[in-house]
Amino acid sequence: MRRDLELIRNETVKVWKKKRFAVIVLILLALVPVFVYAQMKIAQSSQGKYADWRAELRQRIADNTNALTSDRIPEEWKKWRVALVQQLQYYLDRDVNPNTPNAVRFTNTFLQNAVGLFIPLMVLAVASDIVSSERSGGTIKMLLTRPVRRWRILAAKLVTLSMYVSLILVTTAAVSYLVSGLVFGYGGWREPVFVGFKLNGSNMDTTGVHAIAQGVYMLMQLGLVWFSAMTVAVIAFMVSVLVRSTAASLVTMMAAVISGSILANMASSWHSAKYLFNVNLDLSVYLQGSPPPIEGMTLGFSLAVLAVWSLAAIGVSFAVFTRQDILA
Amino acid sequence: MQKSMTAENASVSVSSSAETERERESRVLREPPVLSVEHLSKTIRGRKIIDDISFDVRAGEIYGFLGPNGSGKTTTIRMLVDLIKPTSGRVLVCGEDVNKHPERALRHVGCIVENPEMYGFMTGWENLDLFARMQEGIGEARIEEVARIVRLDSRIHDKVKTYSLGMRQRLGIAQALLGAPKLLILDEPTNGLDPKGIKELRAFIAELAAGGMSVFVSSHLLSEIQLLCDRVAIIDGGRVIAVGDVHDMIAQSEAHTLWLFEDPEAGRRLLTDDPRVEVADGDRALLDESVLLALPGAVPTLVRQEDIPDVVARCASAGVGVLAVQRVVPTLESLFLTLTGGERDASGS
Repeated sequence: MRRDLELIRNETVKVWKKKRFAVIVLILLALVPVFVYAQMKIAQSSQGKYADWRAELRQRIADNTNALTSDRIPEEWKKWRVALVQQLQYYLDRDVNPNTPNAVRFTNTFLQNAVGLFIPLMVLAVASDIVSSERSGGTIKMLLTRPVRRWRILAAKLVTLSMYVSLILVTTAAVSYLVSGLVFGYGGWREPVFVGFKLNGSNMDTTGVHAIAQGVYMLMQLGLVWFSAMTVAVIAFMVSVLVRSTAASLVTMMAAVISGSILANMASSWHSAKYLFNVNLDLSVYLQGSPPPIEGMTLGFSLAVLAVWSLAAIGVSFAVFTRQDILA
Repeated sequence: MQKSMTAENASVSVSSSAETERERESRVLREPPVLSVEHLSKTIRGRKIIDDISFDVRAGEIYGFLGPNGSGKTTTIRMLVDLIKPTSGRVLVCGEDVNKHPERALRHVGCIVENPEMYGFMTGWENLDLFARMQEGIGEARIEEVARIVRLDSRIHDKVKTYSLGMRQRLGIAQALLGAPKLLILDEPTNGLDPKGIKELRAFIAELAAGGMSVFVSSHLLSEIQLLCDRVAIIDGGRVIAVGDVHDMIAQSEAHTLWLFEDPEAGRRLLTDDPRVEVADGDRALLDESVLLALPGAVPTLVRQEDIPDVVARCASAGVGVLAVQRVVPTLESLFLTLTGGERDASGS
């Protein structure tokens, strides 16, 4: 056990010294202010246009309802708009502003938008070369000729990876909160958010809707994002075991993640696509109550698909790594 | 920094090894083998890369593993340290099966397989620290010690990517020595080193062996093995074609003698007429070409050493001036010819 902790420490040190995490933090520090600025501009322009938030909300509802009557809008978009209109109406009826600008709301929106591409890409920065770099650098020969069983080394790498994934998520949320707070203020933890919207055909079922604090919503969202990020990490881990070159492993995984977000937008009539891991990554749609990319997908379904993919990836990684001949 | 790796201890080890040469040999013979390779075979994609290799390495001996490039040396070494699983056969280190219990067997092994690749983005010290943590009971004192042994202590806190090849080699050796192994495996350790570095490495290896460590060295250069090793296994095409004392093998193989005359034509005629001498020109001359550089125009021959004085005397009496007579070390090719020619069998240690 003590040896295993030492192994985990070794792997953590390697990733750290490679400055992967530093790069991720720099990217966040460069990008988040850009998003904050954009959000600030939006807030300013609507402040000038509307008397208060209720007027703005009514206008949005009217705009989206009008759009629904147009024939040119594809069916999936309509569904999404129906859901949005009904949610906005719900907020209006209960006199709750869904868009008060504050750091917690900004962070929630940011995480929501980052879960599909941005966070997977940051996770890949660590996951893609955690094994393949040892092979392309030749250090695997030193690593595997020490008196430690191979599965222990791989397990240490997996634990290290999951720690970094968690760290990346927490850092993303923290940077987002701290930077946006400068502009929007650091409040908003207790503001209510309605969850539990259910879509039945084209009708929104609001019987299960209840309010939770925005801070709680953020925790729930972080949990879901973590799950989806871990799935990406573990599959990238497997690719990293299978592929010798770090570039090849990174490109493979990026292609998988990006094609997932493309598929989610176009494959709504190809139903079996819902078993692919990459269309299931956006778990936060379930929390928002927006319609899922493919009909029949639920939170439980997506979690199950991701879990199956993850377990299979871990199984393949260990099976290959412990048996594989290190030929060159 | 460029000082000899072994300056301090070289004299000690030389005297001690001279004094106990015989004793050591007999002690070594009594002890069980540190490394025991039994009927090792490896088939990759239907091709038999390694075919039924067996040999033993005893405690404190420097064992050579000689073969041309592509003969299966590196594949064999990778099987010795569990990087490749053998198709059949087994490797025992201090009685432990490397494939079944790597965590026990590899405790006694330090190795460098091909190039000594370490993490370039970390310092030498951090690299050693990393590998020290993978094994029980290696503390900071030991890391300091091995850094000093390989004379890297002045640069140990620099990033490895700034190291020269020689320094990386030494860091690799330091890593291999961390766990005070009973067996050190070095794969073509002199590759890429300059002559001075090679000489230092040789002295260093001799010193380690004098301290009781077994050293297993692979090379494609016969002279390298000859200078370094006690015993040798010669591998070609994935098979061990001979195992034995390296000096005996060389003594048994055809050694060329070069003759340089004042009058090359007369000299050549004289040698051709002599029944004890075989002129070995052209294809028969399996010579290292650099040897001929020193004696341009020399006649390569095969002749028994005891006949040389007589042949020289005949030349002199015939009025053919002899400028030089030189015996040259056989090349790996000529040793192969001897071994595979079936004339003399050096196998069976």
